[in-house]
Amino acid sequence: MKLPIFLDNHSTTPMDPRVLETMLPYFVEKFGNAASRNHAFGWAAEEAVEQARKQIAKLIKADSKEIVFTSGATESDNLALKGALEMYKEKGTHIITATTEHRAVLDTAKSLEAKGLATVTYLPVDKFGMVNPQDVQNAITDKTILISVMLANNEIGTINPIQEIGKIAKARGVLFHCDATQGVGKIPVDVQVMGIDLMSFSAHKIYGPKGIGALYVRKRNPRVRIAAQMDGGGHERGMRSGTLPVPLIAGFGKACEICEQEMTVETARLTKMRDRLQTDIMAALEESYLNGHPTNRLPGNLNISFAYVEGESLLMGMKDIALSSGSACTSATLEPSYVLRALGVGTELAHSSIRFGLGRFNTDDEIDYTIKKVIEVVTKLREMSPLYEMAKEGVDLKSVQWAAH
Amino acid sequence: MAYSDKVVDHFNNPRNMGSFKKDEEGVGTGMVGAPECGDVMKLQIKVQNDTIVDAKFKTFGCGSAIASSSLATEWLKGKTIEEAQKIKNTDIVQELNLPPVKIHCSVLAEDAIKAALTDYQQKADTQPIDTK
Repeated sequence: MKLPIFLDNHSTTPMDPRVLETMLPYFVEKFGNAASRNHAFGWAAEEAVEQARKQIAKLIKADSKEIVFTSGATESDNLALKGALEMYKEKGTHIITATTEHRAVLDTAKSLEAKGLATVTYLPVDKFGMVNPQDVQNAITDKTILISVMLANNEIGTINPIQEIGKIAKARGVLFHCDATQGVGKIPVDVQVMGIDLMSFSAHKIYGPKGIGALYVRKRNPRVRIAAQMDGGGHERGMRSGTLPVPLIAGFGKACEICEQEMTVETARLTKMRDRLQTDIMAALEESYLNGHPTNRLPGNLNISFAYVEGESLLMGMKDIALSSGSACTSATLEPSYVLRALGVGTELAHSSIRFGLGRFNTDDEIDYTIKKVIEVVTKLREMSPLYEMAKEGVDLKSVQWAAH
Repeated sequence: MAYSDKVVDHFNNPRNMGSFKKDEEGVGTGMVGAPECGDVMKLQIKVQNDTIVDAKFKTFGCGSAIASSSLATEWLKGKTIEEAQKIKNTDIVQELNLPPVKIHCSVLAEDAIKAALTDYQQKADTQPIDTK
C-alpha cells in the first residue's frame, strides 16, 4: 500500500490507464481537426469523435446527436441555464433550483438574477438533502421555463428523485436540466426514463481527462433549443463553437464505456468498502453523525461529522489520506459548508465534517488504514478539545454563553 | 494550503495540553471563541508569587489555532503577570509564520491569555486576605 491514499474521488479521479491509451494516438499521429471535411486527417479525427459520442450517449441512454461537448460540467451548467433562458425568455424568465446545488448552477442562477434576466426559486431540501418533488410542483408558475435539480450531491452523495421531478416538468411543459456530474458513470442514468431535457456531466469525475465535459440536449419530445454563449465556427450544432479537443473526447468516450461495462461490479465493490468504513468508524467513535441519505446515496460517498473536533484539524492529523472537509477554515470565508447547513446540520457539526470519496482504485488495505487512522486522530483531538471535556463533565454546550468572534 | 513546520510541530506534539481544576488556588482560566465559529480555546495559568509557574490549554479548532494556543502556554511559563500581559498576537503570527487567513487564530490566543489573566486577578481580588 502506497501513501498518501487518495480518498477524495468527488473532487476528481485519477485517469484510468485504458483511457490514456485510447487518447494517445490523437495527439501526434491523428492530430486532425474533426471539422475538416475534405481530407483524411479530418476524417480520422471525426471518426474518433463520433465513436466517443456513441459511447457517451450509450451510458446515459441518449442519441449520439444529443451530446454537445464543452470544457466541463461548469460550462455545461452555464450553457444550460443561460442558453435556455436566452432562447425561451419570451415564454417566461422563472427558474427553479435547489439550495444544495453545485455553485456552477447556483452562481449562474444568481448572476442571471443580479442582471435582472431571471427570477429564481431556491427550493429547500429535507434533512437527508433531498428535494421534494411536491415542492417543485408547487413552485411552478406560468412563467417557469426551467427546473434545475442535481442528480447526486457532491458533498453528501444524496440522490434526488429525478424521475418524479422529470414527470412533473413534462406535465407542466417546463424544461428540466439536471447537473449529473457526480452521478453519471456511478449510478444508472436514463434520460428517457428520468425525463431529462438538459444534462451536464464531465470526464474527470469518471476516470477520464480533465477539460472535457458534455451537455446532453434533448432532440425530440420536445426538441430543446439553447442559445450559444460563445460565437464562432458553429460547432456542435451551433450550440458550442470551438475546435473539438479530439484526444480528450476520445478519452471521455472510453471512460464512459468502461463505466458502463463495469458499473454493476464496481458499485457492489464500492458499497461494500464504503459500508465497512462507515460501520467501523461509527461503531468506534461515539457522537459521530452521518450526513446525507442513509441508503439513497452514491456508492462511494461517506460524509460524517465528528462532534467536538474541527474538520481542518482532522485533515491535518490524517495528512497521508487525501480527504475533504465541510469546514471552511481552509478557505477565505469562515462559513462552513452551505450544503450541510441546508440539511439543518448545526454550524458546529458542519465544522466537524469529513467527506470520504471512494473510487475505482481504492483497495481494502487503504480502507483498513483509514479506519484505524480516523479513530486514532479523532480520539486524540477529542482529548485536546475543551468542548469534549465540557460535554464529558455534563455541561450542555448549547447553554453556554460563547464569546463569538 | 501548506502549514509551516512550526505549526505542524505544535500540532503533532502539543505542549502543555490538559487542564487544571478551575477552583484550584492560583489558577486562572480563559475560554474564548465559539463552536459555531469553528474554534474554542481554553487556556489556564497557575500563578505563584506573581509568576506563572505552569500553563495548560485545550483547543477545538484548526491546526493553526491548536499551534497558537500551544505556543502561548510555552511562552507564559516563567513570565510574571505583567510580562504575560505584553504578549501580542503579532508575536504569535511571526513565530508560527501564519498566513493572513489564520491571523484570527493568533488573535484568539491573545484573547485567551488576557481572559486567563483577568480570571486569575478577579479570583485573587475576591479571595479573603489570610490574616492568620
